[in-house]
Amino acid sequence: MQTAGAQAAVEAVGLVKRYGRTTAVDGLDLTVERGSVTAVLGPNGAGKTTTIEACEGYRRPDAGRLRVLGLDPYTPAGAAALRPRIGVMLQSDGVYPGVRALEMLRHLAALHAHPLDVDALAERLGLASCGRTPYRRLSGGQRQRLALALAVVGRPELVFLDEPTAGLDPQARHATWELVRELRADGVTTVLTTHFMDEAEELADDVAIIDTGRVIARGTPAELCRGGAADTLRFGGPPALDLTSLKAALPAGADVSEPSPGAYRVTGEIDPRLLATVTAWCAQHGVLPDRITTRRHTLEDVFLELTGKELRS
Amino acid sequence: MTTDSAATGNTGRTRDTGAAGDAGDTARPGTFTPRPAAAPLPRMIAAQAALETRMLLRHGEQLLLTVVIPTLLLVLFSTVEIVDTGDGARVDFLTPGVLALAVVSTAFTGQAIATGFERRYGVLKRLGASPLPRWGLLCGKTCAVLVTLALQTVLLTGTAWALDWSPHGNPLAPAALMLLGAAAFSGLGLLMAGTLRAEATLAAANLVFILLLLGGGVIVPLENFPGAVRTVLELLPVSALSTGLREVLQDGAAMPWAQAGILAVWSVLSLGAAARFFRWE
Repeated sequence: MQTAGAQAAVEAVGLVKRYGRTTAVDGLDLTVERGSVTAVLGPNGAGKTTTIEACEGYRRPDAGRLRVLGLDPYTPAGAAALRPRIGVMLQSDGVYPGVRALEMLRHLAALHAHPLDVDALAERLGLASCGRTPYRRLSGGQRQRLALALAVVGRPELVFLDEPTAGLDPQARHATWELVRELRADGVTTVLTTHFMDEAEELADDVAIIDTGRVIARGTPAELCRGGAADTLRFGGPPALDLTSLKAALPAGADVSEPSPGAYRVTGEIDPRLLATVTAWCAQHGVLPDRITTRRHTLEDVFLELTGKELRS
Repeated sequence: MTTDSAATGNTGRTRDTGAAGDAGDTARPGTFTPRPAAAPLPRMIAAQAALETRMLLRHGEQLLLTVVIPTLLLVLFSTVEIVDTGDGARVDFLTPGVLALAVVSTAFTGQAIATGFERRYGVLKRLGASPLPRWGLLCGKTCAVLVTLALQTVLLTGTAWALDWSPHGNPLAPAALMLLGAAAFSGLGLLMAGTLRAEATLAAANLVFILLLLGGGVIVPLENFPGAVRTVLELLPVSALSTGLREVLQDGAAMPWAQAGILAVWSVLSLGAAARFFRWE
């Protein structure tokens, strides 16, 4: 999309980062196109934050190649050239406890040559009313919104948002989404991590699912949902129907089973034709389904399928 | 510079301007169009210095340490004979000691505690991703210490004059000693803040402040300690500073090179160790 700068915003190849004997990132490949919104998903401990912090220049990769806006973020020269061009929202606070909200925002603005209008930005993120409140007395949501404002105030080309909506109320969440959409419309590249699948579906052009330090799936949200396990159609009816003829009528790749007596499940690509096949079969056999539901797979289903359901540390 | 052309290339992108009206005041086209560049270095450092100074002065407990305690000690011990300060007016003995204490309170205790908590709250990490270089951050801290120290000096010498203080010597010598002392104590404070947990720094910095106040020749003359202890105490940076200041301001001596040398050694060691061991996260 960008005319200038042919290279990707982030290019990681075979990235490895170890902490002692733990390997947090284990041969990760990730490309972030300029001007896109990329969501990095993964269970706790999957290596999301380590990856992002390597891009921000905080972590020196143990192996692999990493370029951010064409620069190596860990060399002194690369980091110095990169820092003015990126915006960073960390999971930790990163703000003086005694500083006032607007004072901190003005300070970050003063470190940049062409910052955004601080008052307008504060107004837009609902920070104007608490602008004189010391940071330690801000609510969790206000702190989150201030951190977001700090990330964008310098008019960066590339923004890293580490769990930008964790702990936000729905209003603030939608305001954050609106801001990310606008960043994208204005040509800013955004990389965000999140645990909210709907957030990734809403915002992301590209999703990378990370587990145990590697990218295990990637694509647009729609591609990932298509590529995942089959969708399902369920219907209820008399128990122990003979399903042989229905199986024969279904298209290739689809199947039907009776997981519990009287509850039938059809898996496969559920489209209107398949629904018609099922209802036609019911009509032929004098079966009135007492309820028919169809369900497309969400990103969350795909995510759980790929990363398993057991709890992570 | 190169990024500007990319930015202008972007402003022409199709936008749904119809939605702009209801999305807020700043939601006009191109608000966020990238235009990244660091501010000029002097402006960044000035902004950092101003912020660091405000943070240091705004902190209530810090003011107790930097202003209230030294002033109270000066007034109390000058007007009431609690400690035998030797020959001469008590205020002439106490003022150099209290000036040395001011250096400890700001460059060491205040800076260590503030920096320790900044490290703990990720401020240092956050600013590490900003255009401000790390040495710029340290410049800001140094400026904040010097400004605070200048304000303390004005307040304490003003108070001393009100108590009939009669200083001697060339004022450049004490100024140089205090700067050396500030360097040595900044190194020690940053070493502590950059290696210990914030709570440990808080406790240790206050404890060291009290110990140096009692054993560093600030209000109790070192002559009052037994010989062996005294020899050790004289090598402490605060003792070197208070003794050096006293030699000039009380006795009218020229630059006390022995004390200046002790402070210089402490500065090199402490700043070197801080540079080596400071952890930003």
